[in-house]
Order: sequence, then structure tokens, then C-alpha cells
Amino acid sequence: MRLTYVVTPGDFANAGKISSSVKSLLKQLNIPPGDIKRIIVALYEAEVNMVAHSYGGEITCDIEAEQALVEALDVGPGIPDVGLAMTEGWSTATSEIRELGFGAGMGLPNIKKHTDELEIVSGKDSPTKISMKFYYRGGPS
Amino acid sequence: MTLREIVETVNATVLCGEENLDREVESGFASDLMSDVLTLLTDNILLITGLSNNQAIRTAEMSDIQQILFVRNKVPTKTMLDLARSQQISVLVTSYSMFKSSGLLFAKGLKPVY
Repeated sequence: MRLTYVVTPGDFANAGKISSSVKSLLKQLNIPPGDIKRIIVALYEAEVNMVAHSYGGEITCDIEAEQALVEALDVGPGIPDVGLAMTEGWSTATSEIRELGFGAGMGLPNIKKHTDELEIVSGKDSPTKISMKFYYRGGPS
Repeated sequence: MTLREIVETVNATVLCGEENLDREVESGFASDLMSDVLTLLTDNILLITGLSNNQAIRTAEMSDIQQILFVRNKVPTKTMLDLARSQQISVLVTSYSMFKSSGLLFAKGLKPVY
């Protein structure tokens, strides 16, 4: 099953709506609770990142029987140094983002923690594509 | 401890989710950093926070946290409470500080996550 959602840049009031919809769907599909939590936490971080830092983009979720692939693709402005962005505590967040409780430089490391396979393709003045793969492990949350 | 005992310990007001007061809560986590909250994989947590905005409720929803205590009288907006109700999240508010709330609850047996 493939689902595609459009992310509006700067729309902090609605940040999390996509993750909330996907969570409801995963529950309906009886995906194991522990896997739902990993997928949703990573998706939510990616969604907030896209609202906060990008010029907008799309999130696509491919939900299959044994695995899920979540891809977040924006139209820029890109991450000049992905390695640096993966460092815990490193952040370019504005004060507005920090007031929302984000921008502590934990987003990408957090995504990495919850995914089984993670690929980030980006660069200065380029789109950013974050591909997150999850293999269901079963078990409670 | 139960949610009811938490309410009594920090002299809190229940803004929504009164029907869950007999729910057992195992541990507490105090933070205004939502990314920090999103690292938790533990269940049955009370989130203690001074961050009163939609993302506090959304973060609880994504982390399967079913109860939030807002400290220092940070009263949530109607939008936040509607969101919390839709996710069966109980919302409490206390005039106590995050430090005092955490200390009192820890002394009563609410466990730390880390």
C-alpha cells in the first residue's frame, strides 16, 4: 500500500498530522505496536524537520506485509554536510523551532536510532531525500 | 502509582481524561525538549513539561504517552485539549515547578526512565 502526503513548509500548527494519520492506519493494519512506535517516531521527526527546514515536499509511505519504507523528499534548500547534521546536538534551528520543543540537534540521530536502514541524499542548494526502512520485529511497544 | 495519586501529589487539576485516573503509571520523564522525549521506548510514562503547545501533545501521541503534566500553570489551549481528547491522553496542570513536581513524584515512587 502506497500513501503520499504533501508537507507545507512553516505550517507548525499542523506538523504531526501526517504522522498521526499514518499511525492510525498502521494500527488498523495490525502492524506490531513496537514497530508502529519506531516508524512513527522516525516519521514524525522527518515531518517536523521538513516543516521546519525545507521549502516543502512530499512524504511517501510504502506499507507492506513484512516491512515499511518511508521516504521524505523535499525541494531544498539541502543539507551541506550530512555527516555534521547526524551529530547529536548539532542544529541550524531558528528560535521559532526551538520554542516548539525541537531544534536540539536530535532529529536525524533519533531517526537513525529507530530505523533499520537509513539513507540520506542531500547537498547544498539541493533536494533532500531521506529513505527509512523498517523490518517488522513484532512485540509490544 | 496511579494517575489519581499523581494528581494528589502535585495538587494538579485534571483538564481532560478524568476517566483514566485509576490508570497505573510506572515512570516519569521531565523535559521541554520533544526530541528528547521521542528517544524513549518505555511505556506507561508521565510526561512532565513546561512546553505548552500542539507539539507537546503530538509528541505524546507519537510516543504512546497517555498522560501529560504541565507545570507552572502552563494551561493548554482548547486546540491542544481537543487533540489530547482525540488521542485519549489525560492532561493535568499544576502550579508547582518542574523541579518540585519531579521531586515529589520521585519521592512517592514514580520511577525515572534513565
